[in-house]
Amino acid sequence: MSELIYEKGVIVHIKGPVVEADEMRGARIREVVYVGEEKLIGEIVRIKGDRAIIQVYEPTGGVKAGEYVERTGEPLSAELGPGLLGLVLDGLGRPLEVVAEKAGGPFIIRGIKVPTLPRDKRWHWSPTVRVGDGVIAGDVLGVVPEGSITHKVMLPPKIEKARVLEVQPEGDYTIEEPIAVVEHIGEKKEVKMYHKWPVRNPRPFREKLAPVELLVTGQRVIDTFFPIVKGGASAVPGGFGTGKTVALYQISKWADADVVVYVGCGERGNEITYLLHTFPELIDPKSGRPLLERSILIANTSNMPVPAREASIFMGITYAEYYRDMGLNVVLTADSTSRWAEALRELSSRLEEIPSERGYPAYLPDYIASFYERAGRVKVMGNRDELGSVAVIGAVSPSGGDLNEPVTQHTMRFVGAFWALDKELAFKRHFPSINWLRSFSKYAGGLKEWWIKNSGYDMMSYRDKAIALLQRSSSLEEVARVVGEAALSDENRLILLSAELIKESFLVQNAYHDIDSYCSPEKQALLLRTLLEFYDRAKPMIDAGVPMSEISEMKSLGDLRRLKFVPEEKFKDTAKEVISQLETEISSLIAKVG
Amino acid sequence: MSIYGLVYKDVDQVKGPLVIMRGVPGVAYEEAVRIYSESGREWFGRVLEAGRDKIVIQVLGDTEGLDSNAMVKFTGSTLKMPVSDEMLGRVFNGAGEPIDGGPRIRADDYRDINGAPINPAKRDYPDEFIETGLSSIDGMLSLIRGQKLPIFSESGLPHNEVAAQIARQVVVPGKAERFSIVFAAIGLKYDDVLFFRRQFEEFGALSRSVLFLNLADDPVIERITTPRVALTAAEYLAFDLGMDVLVIITDMTNYCEALRELSSAREEVPSRKGYPGYMYSDLASIYERAGRIIGRPGSITFMPILTMPGGDLTHPIPDLTGYITEGQIFLDLDLYNRGIYPPINVLPSLSRLMKDGIGQGKTREDHKEVSDQLYAAYSQGTKARELVQIVGEAGLSPREKLYLKFARRFENEFVAQGFRERRSIEETLDIAWNILSILPESEFTRISEKTLDKYHPKKRAEAKIKGE
Ligand SMILES: Nc1ncnc2c1ncn2[C@@H]1O[C@H](COP(=O)(O)OP(=O)(O)OP(=O)(O)O)[C@@H](O)[C@H]1O
Ligand SMILES: Nc1ncnc2c1ncn2[C@@H]1O[C@H](COP(=O)(O)OP(=O)(O)O)[C@@H](O)[C@H]1O
Ligand SMILES: [Mg+2]
Ligand SMILES: [Mg+2]
Repeated sequence: MSELIYEKGVIVHIKGPVVEADEMRGARIREVVYVGEEKLIGEIVRIKGDRAIIQVYEPTGGVKAGEYVERTGEPLSAELGPGLLGLVLDGLGRPLEVVAEKAGGPFIIRGIKVPTLPRDKRWHWSPTVRVGDGVIAGDVLGVVPEGSITHKVMLPPKIEKARVLEVQPEGDYTIEEPIAVVEHIGEKKEVKMYHKWPVRNPRPFREKLAPVELLVTGQRVIDTFFPIVKGGASAVPGGFGTGKTVALYQISKWADADVVVYVGCGERGNEITYLLHTFPELIDPKSGRPLLERSILIANTSNMPVPAREASIFMGITYAEYYRDMGLNVVLTADSTSRWAEALRELSSRLEEIPSERGYPAYLPDYIASFYERAGRVKVMGNRDELGSVAVIGAVSPSGGDLNEPVTQHTMRFVGAFWALDKELAFKRHFPSINWLRSFSKYAGGLKEWWIKNSGYDMMSYRDKAIALLQRSSSLEEVARVVGEAALSDENRLILLSAELIKESFLVQNAYHDIDSYCSPEKQALLLRTLLEFYDRAKPMIDAGVPMSEISEMKSLGDLRRLKFVPEEKFKDTAKEVISQLETEISSLIAKVG
Repeated sequence: MSIYGLVYKDVDQVKGPLVIMRGVPGVAYEEAVRIYSESGREWFGRVLEAGRDKIVIQVLGDTEGLDSNAMVKFTGSTLKMPVSDEMLGRVFNGAGEPIDGGPRIRADDYRDINGAPINPAKRDYPDEFIETGLSSIDGMLSLIRGQKLPIFSESGLPHNEVAAQIARQVVVPGKAERFSIVFAAIGLKYDDVLFFRRQFEEFGALSRSVLFLNLADDPVIERITTPRVALTAAEYLAFDLGMDVLVIITDMTNYCEALRELSSAREEVPSRKGYPGYMYSDLASIYERAGRIIGRPGSITFMPILTMPGGDLTHPIPDLTGYITEGQIFLDLDLYNRGIYPPINVLPSLSRLMKDGIGQGKTREDHKEVSDQLYAAYSQGTKARELVQIVGEAGLSPREKLYLKFARRFENEFVAQGFRERRSIEETLDIAWNILSILPESEFTRISEKTLDKYHPKKRAEAKIKGE
């Protein structure tokens, strides 16, 4: 775009990723610069007179005072166009495969400049406008097939209103070839299949709407107890090893979304490698194509430069908004937003700002909000009645597992669902270790109709029943911890047993089990209903005087416990069978004492 | 004394391990420097801040005798160390200099001790089981080739013995070649170092080991370089020479304390308990050097040891470590006091890479389910044990009594084993089944009927009788 030659500044000080440069008059905050002889990528974060403070996104070892800083005149931007799906990018949007090629080896070297989107690839373009058409920002000019979706090439937001002067006929084009020429305020403008967008600015939409539709994740404790909706926001806080990453994997795999953006932000290298090993082989049930084709992976692992970690989340949410603008449902998962906030803390501390709680800057809440508030269900731009959504799910890694730290506390204010992971449950290998007493979802109330319509069951009434049972059981457990389970009445021990059944056989869900890994809403509803029947039907046994020791060793109990492993297609019949066996067993036990 | 080349005498101030100078043109960030005192002593250092008006240098070694009359020479490159196969069998200090009286290493190459991040797209996913011969690890916390799995311990617990036993016993099943060992001591007592040396010697590993020693009375600042130097050696052995390398670094707690000291000398804003806010990223730059790389045969399996101050798992050192490593092996004072060796408490322990390295064709098809069931049952057993403290054994329900018995047998027969006892994974799983079989079948919530039929001792015996 702007090939303006800017003057160069001169480096006066280097301290880790923070570089100070002089002779930078006219530079703007958030402008991208190239630092030193190797032209390392940086962004201006502060300006004082002629001096600029630059956050450098690559290691600065070897950079000297006196070297130049080149200005670009542009803010940090994402390239948006066909070809994003299936890519693995670093925090600045560089494809890691291409970086490896350029580096000539498996280690990341610096100073590599590669565009996000492939320039030589041809896309099959079909125009949907004609010469003479009036168009506004967001209008679809044509489409190209990309992975599992139809990619809509839209008039970029910066061109509010224009008239089509030329449009390319159907055919194969690269993203650098203009596919249309439009007239915008008396000026001719070429439109390509891609454009750039500054990552720190939310992309525009016509109207934000209340999110109302369940985002099916196939994870029972989430969908049933603490649901998230399309366009919603949720946080997953938990100490190490409590299951944050696996929860995000599961959602990335199974969520009924059109596009998934996974941001690995300051976490493990092997976790990205794992996705790269599994996603190409997993098939998306909706499109029948490999999951990788609906995904964008951003990997800025813990050992990669910290400032790029800060940028990676904004890069990811910009990609998500772009696909939303096509009228798609997008899910963004970020692991971990704490590492992202820490990157901000590190920068703030190097800038010698006055620290607030635990060393985080006072503007931490605004910063967290600037991410979560980009989630939403919207009426998209352009002259069409289409809805799109971005749901955001962020892992939070509180230090010492203590949820009273600033990042968790501030995050809680901006999300509609909160899945508090519990170390005690994780130690027992009760996964997902979502604590049912400390988690919440503000979306649950609005989903009653959804469940009835989509699963055929009044799931929310089962949910209320199950929660009541779990709550009673947890207060009884408190008592049992003091007096021992043996001292409780049989009636109370039945409550413990029934709650245990809900925990073991509904809440526990093994991500690595072929069948258990995903559970459809219908199966969830029927499973919960069946498990709840145990309590209702077992109660008469207590009244009849059947001893607890016999109830807890009933054969049907074993069948109920294993019910979740029954495949979807056989589930309805098996559940019926199990209930009828339960009935028979109960009558014979009652007959024995009676 | 003869010092060649350009030297600068602009030292303003010496503050702990830091030398602060007025501006010198052309100095690079992270550049290696040599410093000479008037009395002829020499130090190594590296540039922490490079400015037109001010330069800050971090000095390796203790800074006694260093004052503002010192002369500083800038070397023009970052801190590098020589690497070659000659490192094997040798002993170095925390700065990478030989201390065994042998000659200097003839370098095949010079490597930056900070390494460079492995491109995540070029990592090979670790999925091969390593047999350590310890039931609690192999059975429930399987170690995978290329994994980083720390030992979380407390002072007084036998973490050295556990690490040495693992080093002695590890094999990749079906592979003849043994692991090379890179061992780094950080702030360790001489006795502990001697223990490891004797162990390596005894099982004939010295010739395939490289030792980096920073003892308790060695310069604190070299604790910062010790793990980096050791991993630079390990990377060369693994990714250039194709060896399977086991890296043992002990004690990472001393490393973190050195980092805190340096940070406070730099007057940085501290985070929790005075440790610097960047400690997570700093530790990650060390731990993430473990792994495997596509197209290269070698691997780095990393077993750092750290002692948790006060046994507190939420202390920043174990906490940040656990957030980076692929699990943890937790040593437990309570188990140790009950005479259990190795005192591994499996409940707070975890191997994140286990799931992909076990099962049919790797260990045994029942491995995963057995492990899941052991976790569930043992946690019931420990719950029952807590209850005994309050209501006595008589107050337990029959089911709780059974689980209490299970927990005892699990600790005494499965977890406990001799320092010289090596169990195959088959033996480990068979012991597990024996103990599990005291539970009624309705309790097997994590094991499928198919597996139960095939492996439950009772069913196996029945099948045998039928067969005969
Ligand atoms: N980087 C920082 N800058 C300024 N203040 C900080 C910073 N980190 C922590 N503090 C403050 O120091 C105090 C102690 O911090 P914190 O609660 O994190 O420590 P801790 O690890 O819980 O220590 P302890 O358990 O011994 O109290 C708090 O009041 C916190 O606000
Ligand atoms: N749903 C699940 N099913 C089975 N195992 C799980 C599940 N969730 C977590 N785990 C286990 O817990 C371990 C730690 O989970 P992870 O998501 O990596 O934790 P975190 O990201 O919170 O540190 C995993 O390696 C896995 O063994
Ligand atoms: Mg994680
Ligand atoms: Mg505190």
